[in-house]
Amino acid sequence: MTLLFDGIAYGMLLFILAVGLSVTMGLMNFINLAHGAFAMVGGYITVVLMQRWDLPFLLCLPVAFAGAALLGAALERTLYRPMYRKPHLDQVLFSIGLAFMAVAAVDYAMGSQQQIIQLPEWLRGRTELWDGALGMGHYRLFIIVVCALLTLVLQWVLTRTRFGSRLRASVDDARVAAGLGIPVNRVFALTFAVGSGLAGLGGALGAEVLGLDPTFPLKFMVYFLIVVAVGGTSSVTGPLLAALLLGLADVAGKYYVPKLGAFIVYALMIALLMWRPQGLFVRKGAR
Amino acid sequence: MSTPVSPSDWRAAGRWRWPEGLLWLLAFALPALWPGHALIVNEIAIVALFAVSLDLVLGYTGIVTLGHAAFLGFGAYCAALFAKHIHPDPVLGLAVGVVAATLLGALCSLTILRGSDLTRLMVTLGVALLLLELANKLDGLTGGSDGLQGVVMGPVLGRFEFDLYGQTAAWYSLSVLLLLFALARRWVHSPWGATLMAVRDNPLRAAAIGISVPQRLAAVYTLAAGVAGAAGALLAQTTGFASLDVFALERSADAVLMLVIGGVGWLYGGVLGAVVFKLLHDLISAWTPQYWTFWMGLFLVVLMLVGRERLSPARWWRARGEGA
Repeated sequence: MTLLFDGIAYGMLLFILAVGLSVTMGLMNFINLAHGAFAMVGGYITVVLMQRWDLPFLLCLPVAFAGAALLGAALERTLYRPMYRKPHLDQVLFSIGLAFMAVAAVDYAMGSQQQIIQLPEWLRGRTELWDGALGMGHYRLFIIVVCALLTLVLQWVLTRTRFGSRLRASVDDARVAAGLGIPVNRVFALTFAVGSGLAGLGGALGAEVLGLDPTFPLKFMVYFLIVVAVGGTSSVTGPLLAALLLGLADVAGKYYVPKLGAFIVYALMIALLMWRPQGLFVRKGAR
Repeated sequence: MSTPVSPSDWRAAGRWRWPEGLLWLLAFALPALWPGHALIVNEIAIVALFAVSLDLVLGYTGIVTLGHAAFLGFGAYCAALFAKHIHPDPVLGLAVGVVAATLLGALCSLTILRGSDLTRLMVTLGVALLLLELANKLDGLTGGSDGLQGVVMGPVLGRFEFDLYGQTAAWYSLSVLLLLFALARRWVHSPWGATLMAVRDNPLRAAAIGISVPQRLAAVYTLAAGVAGAAGALLAQTTGFASLDVFALERSADAVLMLVIGGVGWLYGGVLGAVVFKLLHDLISAWTPQYWTFWMGLFLVVLMLVGRERLSPARWWRARGEGA
């Protein structure tokens, strides 16, 4: 049970980190390997604010979101936009170059050691239920609650608001959407910013669980990509389920067969992608 | 890339010319002229072979991969283990590395037949990571994160001992590079090689004119894996060491970068890119050892924004009608 709980918390975290990536890939067919860099930025913003200026943890989270979102918007306007029409190989190289730069720059600015976040008192404890059958770390519970709320909000925005329907129209067919007068570029810029912001938030939340050091973007890049590749890019629920599956498999694998480590996750991914190359949860008719 | 080429031109482009002979002669002369730089010549020859192998997959057939290091690493570990436990002869070990990597490539080619660029990217990356984890965890066999140590090589062909300055190593690697380069050139300039490019440019049309796309993909992936395995075996033999970083993502990414520097879809592109990349790497890391990835990243970003076609030397070469 504890394992299940930890797996869900981990999966939720991965979902928040990766959902922005899934939208960028779905919308503009752009392979962005630098997504983890935004998560790292969020994490480091939190660390700096908490250690240097003693801001409370809860206040840091929105700042991390805003910081990563602003950075995302700025980069989208200047660097990413010319890359949309290039072939996939160029996009891969471009974004991996960005990721390399981010890693080295953070290493230079902050040092290569692991950063530690001091959680507030009320998040540190642990509750045991049913004679220890289910041990819930308070912080993990907090992560699950926050991520679940975010998921609901995202789902609501996507399905019920005008912006959501514009976004979905642009995902399905950008040219027709533009023909109908939807400002596809602006929709995309906003989405990119929000996606980066969510990654930043995920990085801030996950700094304690995943560990935060300058190699973060490269270390977790694979995990984000797995979520997107397995979950498909056409909905919120696909990546969510994929992230939960990945979180559970990783935690369970590392607990039961520590000798194999991350082996299970990679094997599972290859098997899944061979079975369903377009991802597990794909809408019928989507490209 | 899209200019039509008549069959006779295409075959003529595969013929050897005398400037190339001079180039290769110069390469072979380098370790004798500057014995102090023999080690770097050796390194360049090995990464050039790896880049040529990647070019077969990426440049000629258009399979986007970030996991080509899987075959490099597999070849390296197989050759090192063979030398350590069975027989120290380098040529025999090289053959073992090549065969093992080819078999692995044949197996892995099943994974890249279907799906989009993203799926292939993930699967190839996944295979490399899988092998990295395996090599890390099977520490009884591979030495885990300490690397596989104590590999002592015998003399090449029973005659040429590996020396401290790496002259023998450089000549050995250069010979293997030349041999496999010539082979690869024969492949891509055969009618079979032309069908690879047809598959790259438009798989649907290629299938419509009777080319079996999955069979071509599988075949080229397997062959390229063998070539990469040779590079890995050379790496392990000339350094007497195999460590986990042969499987690392950086290896694959570096090779892609070399190809992009030298020009994709052009066999000399891999060689040229390897030379430029290694020299740049040495220069920058001598200047700022810890942060050289920053400059490499910056280089990639700028190169992509400017457009790699515009900078590619392959274009100048081809403009003179001498495509290799």
